[in-house]
Amino acid sequence: MATPRKKTAARNPRNVTVLVATRKGAWLIHGDTARKTWKADGPHFLGHVISHLVLDPRDGRTLLAAAKTGHLGPTVFRSTDRGRSWKEAKQPPAFAKAADGKGRSVDHTFWLTPGPASESDVWYAGTSPQGLFRSADGGVTWSPFSTLNDDPQFREWMGTAQDGTPDGPKLHSVIIDPRNAAHLYVAMSGGGVHESVDRGRTWKTLIRGLDVVEGFGFDASKPTFHDPHCLRLCPTNPDRIYQQNHCGIYRIDRPSDTWVRIGKAMPKTVGDIGFPLVVHPRDDNTAWVFPMDGTSVWPRTSPGGKPAVYGTRNGGKTWQRLATGLPQQQAWWTVKRQAMCSDAHDTVGLYFGTTSGELWLSRDEGRRWHCIAQHLPEIYAVETATFA
Amino acid sequence: MRVLIPSALRSYTQTGHTEAQGATLAALLADLDRQYPGIRFRMVDEQERIRRHIRIFVNGAQVHDLARPLATADEVVIVQALSGG
Repeated sequence: MATPRKKTAARNPRNVTVLVATRKGAWLIHGDTARKTWKADGPHFLGHVISHLVLDPRDGRTLLAAAKTGHLGPTVFRSTDRGRSWKEAKQPPAFAKAADGKGRSVDHTFWLTPGPASESDVWYAGTSPQGLFRSADGGVTWSPFSTLNDDPQFREWMGTAQDGTPDGPKLHSVIIDPRNAAHLYVAMSGGGVHESVDRGRTWKTLIRGLDVVEGFGFDASKPTFHDPHCLRLCPTNPDRIYQQNHCGIYRIDRPSDTWVRIGKAMPKTVGDIGFPLVVHPRDDNTAWVFPMDGTSVWPRTSPGGKPAVYGTRNGGKTWQRLATGLPQQQAWWTVKRQAMCSDAHDTVGLYFGTTSGELWLSRDEGRRWHCIAQHLPEIYAVETATFA
Repeated sequence: MRVLIPSALRSYTQTGHTEAQGATLAALLADLDRQYPGIRFRMVDEQERIRRHIRIFVNGAQVHDLARPLATADEVVIVQALSGG
């Protein structure tokens, strides 16, 4: 079957700022229109674990930062002046108080998603342990989605802290259909992919076609056994979503409810395990991943110590290794699920931050890579921003 | 009463010592939060549990219960736990 190809025109080049969230603070790295020179502004929140730093594209000046420290509880900081000053949320994401005192508490807010253009002050947040939260006032106060956070079925699927990633199970990839603000997707590591068409009042699982870890008799129909790492919706074709999962790379074309494992076309020596995934802003057949070593004890390093981005131009039928400029050997870092992104230039820029604190850029969609910052703390998330 | 504030929370108070009132530890923390919005949630979670790496001492003795009564002359010390080595 021929894959659809939906492209739109590029925007005029504008200055890109890379928002870098790290284990020890945040940096705003400002570039020129050519993306040749970069100037670091930071650290912001030195010593804070910053899981995500995101610009509100609706006003081009509001930033939200998900923060915690080793000792203190989690919070969200908010800037309405492009990061020059910050104020703390009045009511950060927090679970409902349980009558028996045994309720969950948010360890950290992990994921931030600005709402759709039609809802100017709406934001969504995903937390660890898994929870979904919404703000209707630009991130000042946050309310829990009890339909998901406190639902017994969801709680069973979420499992315990032992069922999640090493620094805690996470709800992530909060996606809003740009055509319909009531249509949401979320993913849980672990706990599967879920969809709501009524703004989160009810949910439906979306895990058909996803593989589970083999050899242990896991039932693939149960969300408990699914670990989506990162979902990305194609901006120019909102019916197409790509997914990097614990068990491979997938694509779904709605209204189908079945994921297709496009990662099987990756080289066998590299495999299709990884965390981040980036989609082209204007071409729904183009996506990039950063594979990692998911063999034996799951080293979570670049396979063989040879880091590389892999890209597809045909919806996942074939993949191309894109490693020119990257270290050719003995480089054992990797890239976390929020630490890779694109800009919207005519020739798309790709960016990723490493666990060893380097920020890499390709100005030509992955063909050649350049290190634009190093010696930062471990990078947790990288987003691009175009300030108004 | 006098409250000692750890360095991690001085972004709220701008000082290592402050004054707050309350007949219980919970009331004192509420008063601190009125003076320094947001500070309480960094120390106490949404289930009313003192966070894992926060320690609170009253007159030198560690307190685990937010209902602990307080007197005006008490000294409250909030500490970052020595949990990082």
